Amino acid sequence: MKKEIANWGNYPVMESDEQQFSFDDQLQQMVKDTHHFIPRGNGRCYGDASLGGQTISTLKYDKILSFDVQNGVFECQSGLVLDKILEVIVPKGWFLPVTPGTKFITVGGAVGSDVHGKNHHVDGSFSNHIVEMDIVLADGRVLTCSPTQYPDLFEATCGGMGLTGMISRVKFRLKKIETSCIKQKQIKADNLEHIIQLFEEYKHYTYSVAWIDCLKKGKGFGRSILILGEHATINDLNDKQRKDPLQLPKKKQITFPFNLPSWVLNTFTVKAFNFLYYGKNFKKEINNVVGYEPFYYPLDAILHWNRGYGKKGFIQYQFVVPMNAKQGLIEILQRISDKGIGSFLAVLKVFGKQESLISFPEEGYTLALDIPVRKGLFEFLDELDQIVLKYGGRLYMSKDARMKPEVLEAGYPRLQEFKDIVKKYNPDGKIRSTQSDRLLLTTN
Amino acid sequence: MSTVLILGAASDMAVAIAKKYAAEGNAIQLAARNIQRLQPLQSDIAIRYNTTCTVHEFDALNFNSHQAFFDQLPVKPDITICVFGYLGENETARASWVESEKIIHTNYTGAVSILNVVSNYYAAQQKGVIAGISSVAGERGRQSNYIYGSAKAGFTAYLSGLRNRMFHEKVHVVSVQPGFVYTRMTENLTLPPLLTANPEAVANTVYKAVAKKKNVVYVKWFWRWIMLIIKSIPEFMFKKLKM
Repeated sequence: MKKEIANWGNYPVMESDEQQFSFDDQLQQMVKDTHHFIPRGNGRCYGDASLGGQTISTLKYDKILSFDVQNGVFECQSGLVLDKILEVIVPKGWFLPVTPGTKFITVGGAVGSDVHGKNHHVDGSFSNHIVEMDIVLADGRVLTCSPTQYPDLFEATCGGMGLTGMISRVKFRLKKIETSCIKQKQIKADNLEHIIQLFEEYKHYTYSVAWIDCLKKGKGFGRSILILGEHATINDLNDKQRKDPLQLPKKKQITFPFNLPSWVLNTFTVKAFNFLYYGKNFKKEINNVVGYEPFYYPLDAILHWNRGYGKKGFIQYQFVVPMNAKQGLIEILQRISDKGIGSFLAVLKVFGKQESLISFPEEGYTLALDIPVRKGLFEFLDELDQIVLKYGGRLYMSKDARMKPEVLEAGYPRLQEFKDIVKKYNPDGKIRSTQSDRLLLTTN
Repeated sequence: MSTVLILGAASDMAVAIAKKYAAEGNAIQLAARNIQRLQPLQSDIAIRYNTTCTVHEFDALNFNSHQAFFDQLPVKPDITICVFGYLGENETARASWVESEKIIHTNYTGAVSILNVVSNYYAAQQKGVIAGISSVAGERGRQSNYIYGSAKAGFTAYLSGLRNRMFHEKVHVVSVQPGFVYTRMTENLTLPPLLTANPEAVANTVYKAVAKKKNVVYVKWFWRWIMLIIKSIPEFMFKKLKM
């Protein structure tokens, strides 16, 4: 069925012929019969990674295949959304090993983007927890791969943006929890130096992330709030919470009903928002116990918050620079604050070590910024790309809608190896997206 | 807890109905032609809702197998829901008897065949509930899908007669009349969003109708009135319309 689709950033928007399937045999046939396509889940990557003239949607392919409650091993079809997994596993005392900031992504998407969470420095990315998975290759064959079985296919699929084939089944390990709550600590940092020092000081925490006010100049440049968390134990709960320690959050969601006019977001309003957000924590440090939802998924409470950026959409710019290159971080934040390009969401976190072929994380600092699309933005981001590269960093493909192929190549030293594996399993470039064509990963 | 048999369990409507009954704590029996297709749904329901879910091979068009299919069920269902159907292509069916036959036999003959078996069993037990998913297309023949419509008309009349007979046997029969529903069956059609329900809405309607012992239910309330208007157009005018 032809329809207009866009991912979470609402940029770009394009017409696509979307096919759906529910069964294994249908999927294999569809993959064989479709000339060019890209797998598509819930469309929560930001740019054009799951866009193309033809897409195969996994959303109806969402069945749980097995759940070993004793050992915490979960197996499902690739279209299952994390939200639905949490509903099943949390009451049984298990949690996702790694989760991004939204629970509305599919398992297939989690693998294709090799998502990371606030615990990357401790637990790595999603692919570190995969036992095995099935891939439907371009010719309809199904291969089971794992770190030891077809390891090249496995590695190129984790973070490979769906280009190796259609992920159909994923089996992964869960994390044991005693309660569904998080023991949270929030600390205010006066500036960038301070927040980096705090990250260092609190690196033993399982979960950590910082919100940065990226418009503040002068002494308070880089002021931020560090948010730390641990899974709460029974002893951390109050009497009321103890009655049902593994309870699921109650459903209540507010929907952002329409696109805001784009003039609403300007330097002034973003400054005001940041002022209020930073100021809402009166105390230097707050310690409390909260449900897992506000901790992991604060923005999921507002459905379609992406409409806040207006019809033209927005770009999420996320990069990582190595640990010893924090000067790069400073330089980029300075450029943003000088330019006055505001972002409600500027999120900083530290990645731990990771060996990867095409996955985004590497040891260092990662910063994510939301910036509404406007005139001159892409030129400005091209300049930022050069700073990222100068410091030996790279950009996140799941958030990308505009980088140039040279930027990808310079950021991912094993790119050629990745391309070769894609070529091996998807020889005619049948599986391709707007992004993969733009980045010259599939053009032949 | 009841055991619910779902005939034609691989369709989108059937999946939604199975999930609704499982969520309310019932045991589920999934029946369809292709058991392999049902297996992921079976594990999904069993794990998600912590209930018993079994799969059974059933072919609506293999009439001779229906008695044996029902006899072999390890547990006899308290509620039987007949969901299977085949929309087909009216254009193709006009030219090809094979297509016409498939439409008629799937929507009518197959349903009568299996529900005769089930209703005889329920009559002997003096208890049980049967729900049949028919269609508003069966309420008046239209040029665009009268072969499907006539088969559904037959099914609607069958259910009504069955309800009458089974009332005296303490068995209840529900007729469900969905209008447009977003499913695999209709994915190539352009449906008017206001008039179109999703499979979950159908599942909720079926669940409530069975629980409240309703006789004939429409998934979206206005379909009853739309069909009333369509049925009241005099034939000499109706035949001139392009519907």
